[in-house]
Amino acid sequence: MSPRKRRFEFARVPAQIGQDLDERLGAATLLRRALNKVFPNHWSFLLGEIALYSFIVLLLTGTFLALFFDPSMTEVAYDGSYTPLRGEMMSQAYATSLHLSFDVRGGLIMRQMHHWAALLFMASILVHMFRVFFTGAFRKPREMNWVVGVLLFWLGFFEGFAGYSLPDDALSGTGLRIATAIILSIPVIGTWTYTSLFGGEFPGTEILPRLYIVHVFLIPLLLLGLITVHLALMVKQKHTQWPGPKATEHNVVGVRMVPGFALKTTGFFLLIFGLIALMGGLVQINPLWLFGPYKGEVVSAASQPDWYVMFLDGSTRLMPDWDLTIGPYTIPAIFWPTVVLPGVLTMLAVFYPAIDRRIYKDYEAHHLLQRPRDVPVRTALGMMAISFWLVLTISGGNDIVAEKFDISLNAMTWAGRVGLLIVPPIAYWVTYRICLGLQQHDREVLAHGVETGIIKRLPDGRFIEVHQPLADGHLEYAGTPVPKKMNKLGALGPAIRGFFFPIEKPAPPPPAVTPVSPADAPRELEEAPPKY
Amino acid sequence: MTFGLGRMRRALRHLGSARVPAGSPRATAPRSRWRRRAGNAARMVVALLLVGGVYAAVAPGVQANVASQPSAEDIAEGKAIYDASCITCHGRNGQGVEGRGPSLIGVGSAAVEFQVATGRMPAARQDAQVERKPPRYTREQAQAIGAYIQSLGGGPELPDETDEQIVAGGDIANGGRLFRVNCSSCHAFGAGGGALSSGKFAPSLANSTPRDVWAAMLTGPQNMPVFGNNQLSPQEKRDIAAYIYTLQTDPDPGGWGIGRLGPAAEGVAIFLIGMVALVLATLWIVGKQQ
Repeated sequence: MSPRKRRFEFARVPAQIGQDLDERLGAATLLRRALNKVFPNHWSFLLGEIALYSFIVLLLTGTFLALFFDPSMTEVAYDGSYTPLRGEMMSQAYATSLHLSFDVRGGLIMRQMHHWAALLFMASILVHMFRVFFTGAFRKPREMNWVVGVLLFWLGFFEGFAGYSLPDDALSGTGLRIATAIILSIPVIGTWTYTSLFGGEFPGTEILPRLYIVHVFLIPLLLLGLITVHLALMVKQKHTQWPGPKATEHNVVGVRMVPGFALKTTGFFLLIFGLIALMGGLVQINPLWLFGPYKGEVVSAASQPDWYVMFLDGSTRLMPDWDLTIGPYTIPAIFWPTVVLPGVLTMLAVFYPAIDRRIYKDYEAHHLLQRPRDVPVRTALGMMAISFWLVLTISGGNDIVAEKFDISLNAMTWAGRVGLLIVPPIAYWVTYRICLGLQQHDREVLAHGVETGIIKRLPDGRFIEVHQPLADGHLEYAGTPVPKKMNKLGALGPAIRGFFFPIEKPAPPPPAVTPVSPADAPRELEEAPPKY
Repeated sequence: MTFGLGRMRRALRHLGSARVPAGSPRATAPRSRWRRRAGNAARMVVALLLVGGVYAAVAPGVQANVASQPSAEDIAEGKAIYDASCITCHGRNGQGVEGRGPSLIGVGSAAVEFQVATGRMPAARQDAQVERKPPRYTREQAQAIGAYIQSLGGGPELPDETDEQIVAGGDIANGGRLFRVNCSSCHAFGAGGGALSSGKFAPSLANSTPRDVWAAMLTGPQNMPVFGNNQLSPQEKRDIAAYIYTLQTDPDPGGWGIGRLGPAAEGVAIFLIGMVALVLATLWIVGKQQ
């Protein structure tokens, strides 16, 4: 016991704890950096967070599901509370999925939340990828993080497919059956891969326990690792940002992690969690009790994969039955749309940063983003890729489109085949022209001012529109949005605060604009040179 | 069949030989070719009659649990409607008109009740498939036309059971099993319908009554195959109709069923509901930030 009596100061406790921890862990440097990280203010920077937070929801709900699900393929007779399947022979996996849905308290909403979160995870990855692509955020020095992102997409793809296959209902069994056909179509290694994956012939009794460990352990671990790398690289290389006031290539303008951004992002996480819970509770997904247990002879109409796999289903539906026979060997037609096509698409995505450097002959590092209209070739290429993917995805559900919209299924297939070849070039051309048009309009407004909507008649009888110039002198385009409406220049008066309803009294309206006549027109209203 | 026949013939031959007293001259003398042939033919006829009779007694007949005999007034009323509405395409006395409508002789009352009561007949036009529409005639009128067509040349008939009786007598677990094997490949697992080739389709079963389901299986309307009573017994038809009724009336336990269309509709939902809501949320968050 120390004889010295210390006065206890309550206010010093947090600082003292921090001091003690830092003396032992030396975390202050890292932590200061993390807490001070600046996040730019733009909605598109929050798209990646949707993926991150739905991944967290996936981990939480998935853990709950794992407590009740058994991936065993032992045949049992169902005797749960869903009457239409009573007495049916099924695998233990399907029986426990039904048990989870009907007899575990909260099981169905957890299953549905898990599935919706999976769809949202993949959807937000895709939308986030669009953002990164169209704004040029993948450029040097961030090419590696782009590649990590592509890998994350494919990991999510296989994770989702494994999860889709686990309940062993007729739909997931059909999906697995198609997957075996794809694996078998690969030359030389296909048969060996197939038999070693399934431990013999399809379906066997091995595949579900194997997929289970892949789904709950291996891929989630890889995903977690790669997400860490993805975020660490983002912190290390810092955020990109839009050009704007004070934003340069050497700084980041925005909100610091603590306190501003941490609050926003926590709120966003809760919002995402809430949305997934709402969808899980209100919108039915994967009603596996309708599908019945998987039996080889049961194949339902409208058997589709989840949306992120559907483009491969579409490419398979569009592919003509061109088997390639070389001597005694056959390469089945399904090899091209399901193995070669995704391989080529992945390689294109991985190497796109290098391709982009060649296109724009730009080998410099960039931290400021580009507006899509300012890089028309890249934007047009992106739209071309999206339209290609859309044609494939719609073709993946072409039987449903055909049935619901009274179109012949054959017509849908041919529309898909022709569309796959002609829609992307059209998308390229249209996007390119739109980009140029937008560029031109930006330059026009900078040179002549904003259209006021005021038409003036000159003494000689001509009509002209009065333009409001943005500045007295010549304005150079700076890669930022150009105001196009008088409202953006303050013609409306100050905006009233409050998102859903006003939280302040509206300001008194500005004095009425003086009627435009050559005599008393305000000085800043200049006449645009008449165009012929 | 051939196996059974052969066995039967051997048994008969044995009987035949037993009738002849052993040691008699007739038994040992070589029989003439003609007598032998005549004997064979006679035995063949007897065997066929036996096999046919046993088969007819054991096998589920088309005539099993048929409707009660329609009255003459029903037939007369049906003929009146037929002469007013159907005769243009199906011709006088249901003989069909070349290029317009097929002959109805022998199609039976089940087909007529299905086509008329679901509104498919009278058809608007010749197409890949005749569509379901609001029916022009009541079910009683449809049954009357059916009675008239039945009187022309017979054919498959529905049993004399109401929708409630069919549903009450069905085993939905067995019906579900049979539905998944026989029906889901075209009508889809949720009975929402599916596309067939060249504009043909398997319609949604959302509004099909148990009698309609039964009649469709029995008669194979449009592009549907016939599931005769020797393929799906009347009890199995009852099971399937009861299962489809369960599908129609069971609420979706998971919430809004988005048409039970499977993953395609779910993919649309995640973008239209999920992504749209969250992008609006990002705009809100950033909007509040400034």
